[in-house]
Amino acid sequence: MTRTSAPADAPGADVWEGLVTTALLGTDRRTPPGTAPGPDAPAALLDAAAVETVRRRAGRRPARAAERPQPAPEDPRPALPPAAARRLAMLLADRPGPSGGGRRGAAPDLTELLPQWLAVANARGFAPPPQVLPALLDAARGRTDLRPAALEFAGSRALWLARLNPDWRFALRATPGGGAALPHPEDDERVQQLWQEGLFAERVALLSALHSREPAAARDLLATTWATERAEDRLMFLDSLRAGLGPDDEPFLEQALADRSRNVRATAAELLSALPGSALAARMAVRAGACVAIDHMRTAQPGGTGAEDAEPAGATKSTPTIAVEAPHECDPGMERDGVVAKAPAGRGERSWWLGQLVEAAPLATWPRRLGGRTPREIVALPVADDWQGELHAAWCRAAVRQRDAEWSRALLGEPSAPDAGGPGAVSLAERAKLLGTLDAAERAEWVAGFIAAHGLSEAFQLLGVCAVPWAAPLGRAVVDALNIARDAGSYPWSFSGVMGLAERCLDPSEASRLDALLAVPDEPENASPGAGGYWAEAFQRLVTTLRLRAAMTEELGGA
Amino acid sequence: MTQQGVRWTADQVLALAPDAASRKAGCKLGAAGPWSEAGSSDERTVWGLCKGSGSKPYQTVVDIADAAGPAYKCSCPSRKFPCKHALGLLLLWAADDAAVPPGQAPEWAEEWAAGRRRRAEKKAGEISGAPSGSADPEAARRRAERRAERVTSGAVELEQRLADLLRGGLATAEQSGYGLWEETAARMVDAQAQGLAGRVRELGAIPSTGAGWPVRLLEECALLHLLGQGWLRRERLPDGLAATVRSRMGLPASADGPPLRDRWLVLAQYDATDPRLTTRRIWLHGADSHRTVLLLSYGAAGRAPELALPVGLALEAEVSAYPGSGQPRVALGEQFAPPAPAAIRPPGMTTSRAAARYGDALRDDPWLESVPVTLDRVVPAPDGGSWQLADADEDAALPLTPAARSRPGLWRLVALSGGAPVRVFGEYGHQGFTPLTAWPEGPGDAVALC
Repeated sequence: MTRTSAPADAPGADVWEGLVTTALLGTDRRTPPGTAPGPDAPAALLDAAAVETVRRRAGRRPARAAERPQPAPEDPRPALPPAAARRLAMLLADRPGPSGGGRRGAAPDLTELLPQWLAVANARGFAPPPQVLPALLDAARGRTDLRPAALEFAGSRALWLARLNPDWRFALRATPGGGAALPHPEDDERVQQLWQEGLFAERVALLSALHSREPAAARDLLATTWATERAEDRLMFLDSLRAGLGPDDEPFLEQALADRSRNVRATAAELLSALPGSALAARMAVRAGACVAIDHMRTAQPGGTGAEDAEPAGATKSTPTIAVEAPHECDPGMERDGVVAKAPAGRGERSWWLGQLVEAAPLATWPRRLGGRTPREIVALPVADDWQGELHAAWCRAAVRQRDAEWSRALLGEPSAPDAGGPGAVSLAERAKLLGTLDAAERAEWVAGFIAAHGLSEAFQLLGVCAVPWAAPLGRAVVDALNIARDAGSYPWSFSGVMGLAERCLDPSEASRLDALLAVPDEPENASPGAGGYWAEAFQRLVTTLRLRAAMTEELGGA
Repeated sequence: MTQQGVRWTADQVLALAPDAASRKAGCKLGAAGPWSEAGSSDERTVWGLCKGSGSKPYQTVVDIADAAGPAYKCSCPSRKFPCKHALGLLLLWAADDAAVPPGQAPEWAEEWAAGRRRRAEKKAGEISGAPSGSADPEAARRRAERRAERVTSGAVELEQRLADLLRGGLATAEQSGYGLWEETAARMVDAQAQGLAGRVRELGAIPSTGAGWPVRLLEECALLHLLGQGWLRRERLPDGLAATVRSRMGLPASADGPPLRDRWLVLAQYDATDPRLTTRRIWLHGADSHRTVLLLSYGAAGRAPELALPVGLALEAEVSAYPGSGQPRVALGEQFAPPAPAAIRPPGMTTSRAAARYGDALRDDPWLESVPVTLDRVVPAPDGGSWQLADADEDAALPLTPAARSRPGLWRLVALSGGAPVRVFGEYGHQGFTPLTAWPEGPGDAVALC
């Protein structure tokens, strides 16, 4: 026993010490205190030890109290409804679920519902029962994607708890100021102190918080120590300005273009190019504009680009075509503006430079430059000499960076277009990013159209960017496509990714429409053996999960 | 009703076998050779110990009272159901009156059979008034005497071994390791002194428990010596203490205390698992009697014990105490209403009172490891590498046991408290406090910590 409870009193302790010493050495070597040596000595020793043992145990007293922890701050949020609290405990208890392959059976995968549950609970503003916090923190520890929502829900007591258990340190890192309240922006002294003395994470948090409320103060603060910060810290500080970036940030970013570190320069340039009114954007517009022009004299090569559907067969009239003249050198001015001179292995230098210029140039440049055409018309123009891929890819990156919905729409094209599913100019990953610039309804509609035309095999990435729960047209398109896949006789696990998404994202009100799919269908001749049963099982899981999600939402206080 | 007379035929027994291999294996065991201490009771329970390949015989028990078919339990690892031991035992019982004499079931068999019967009765909604008297009191007395003689010989032998150990010094125990103790424990099993065997086995682990092991080893040796001496002089002890000694020695006893009816709040339920047996401990608190009592329920290895009472429920029921002074153990008797959620909380005490309570309890049972206590207004506080429960209003605290520090329940307790006082039920003893259930200071349900 450590410093627990003192045995009764000092004389007793002496007696006990003597007994232990004798027992260790053996009665052959040492006679127990107060007994005669001889064959009865061990028994006498044990008698005395038994008395002392019970005496010592019976005499135990409480220890002195250690320093008690500071009480956790009160959580002002209302407590979870009891049913929701039970549900949360179940979702957390299911955590070490079956991982990886194999059949998933007909039971819902509770772990996957946790993010959704947390989102609803956060939206409703409930506080967790304190006793689930350890399980919640453990779950968040294992899954970084869960952390922001889990920590928001867990609230201040979880941070209090995390300070007591090293396993949960991540919570302190992930939360601004390590849970300690950030100083008020007005409180110059404390802001300065935290900035000068705080840990790196605390300083980043301070800067982001300040920047969102008082951008000028944040820049001034950063400027006070900018020159002495380490390169990787400068990079992170710069990056923390990304949210809420405004025209006022331009002078500071311009200055950072001359930074010693290449990564800092590149990030500054990237941020500047996201400000369409910036001087850098204007310089890039001039450079990029010089490389791209309309050539009215040229006739697009037949079948060269596949973008001239409107051209009547055998027409001889000249079609306006985009001509590209990639830069011949990467001058110091370009480099200063963040253009990386050295191309990655396997890429031509000139096309590498072109891509960077077009990506950084404001998209508003192009209608002006290309004869007042709309983005859609521009994208439809043929591009000479195989430059289309390079040019369109750069426009995609620019549309994403500048969050330009009109250009995104133009670059995405019609979801049902034949090349939309094939290896077209715009990859699925780029499409997913472009979709991110559209509003939720438009995104869902486009993906629904894509699935209706091309099926599910390529839809996974696109579905991932759609808002949850899926809008009705999208949900219907997915269910129809699953139904078609089933009728085609393949196994459901070819679609397990989409199935999993559907379980999490389909609107629970769709569940009743799925009932018809639960029966085991007659197997068509060309079907994989037993597939029908597996499909019924998969749909069963889908319906069960949807019902569960509906119940979850209900428990958290209505739809 | 002379049920005892109706024994099955071998064919009836063999019809129960799950497959031909089991039938064959069961037939091999259907002879007296491997069996010991077999018997059957008026309640239609058949039991026996079957010598297997291991040192410890398998405990096999079959309940044939149920009209729906027999029920089996065996401590063997087989997944066949019934296993060959159960089949063999039934074959033996069917064929050989002498090998499976009528008698009183040993504790391990009776526990299981009684639990089954209780549930069967409940299911049927009727209370059977089957007469339960010992078939032959004289035979039972003789058996008990024989067993007592064997236990006595075990106790004498153990005393001898302890004396040898102390003559040579505890320092030698560090080198001899587990072997010495395992062998001694096996001798105690042979002597049917399970209580001694269990304690002896634990002695083997002490030298590897780090600093201070000689103190702990001497303590345990001394208590073992005290138990042995208590057994050898049991005639001179007061009745209650003598019963405690008998139960600590591992002798079977039946819960023959007067039934106590109360609303019993389920304070805690947790399982201790060893390779052979899962032991479930359920603490109950009487709303009116303010008594805290313990129910034990057993499950064969890998199977959950039958009795399950979720924490926070209360049930209206009768319990009967097992003999022995200071023993909290009871058997669950008639239940008058199914368990239902209840807002009852046990009254709490300070840490000083809890420490005194353990001291008092040692008076009745010096071998007691811990007592059930409810602490009121305590704050979990980190104390170096460990934790303690500190009185909110006094400078006093109980340390947690080393085992409790590493359990996830500790963090639930800390989270529930959030630095504020909570009420905590647990076990407190010389190793420290083991929190089992907690309640927030304000309104809120019981939170299980185990």
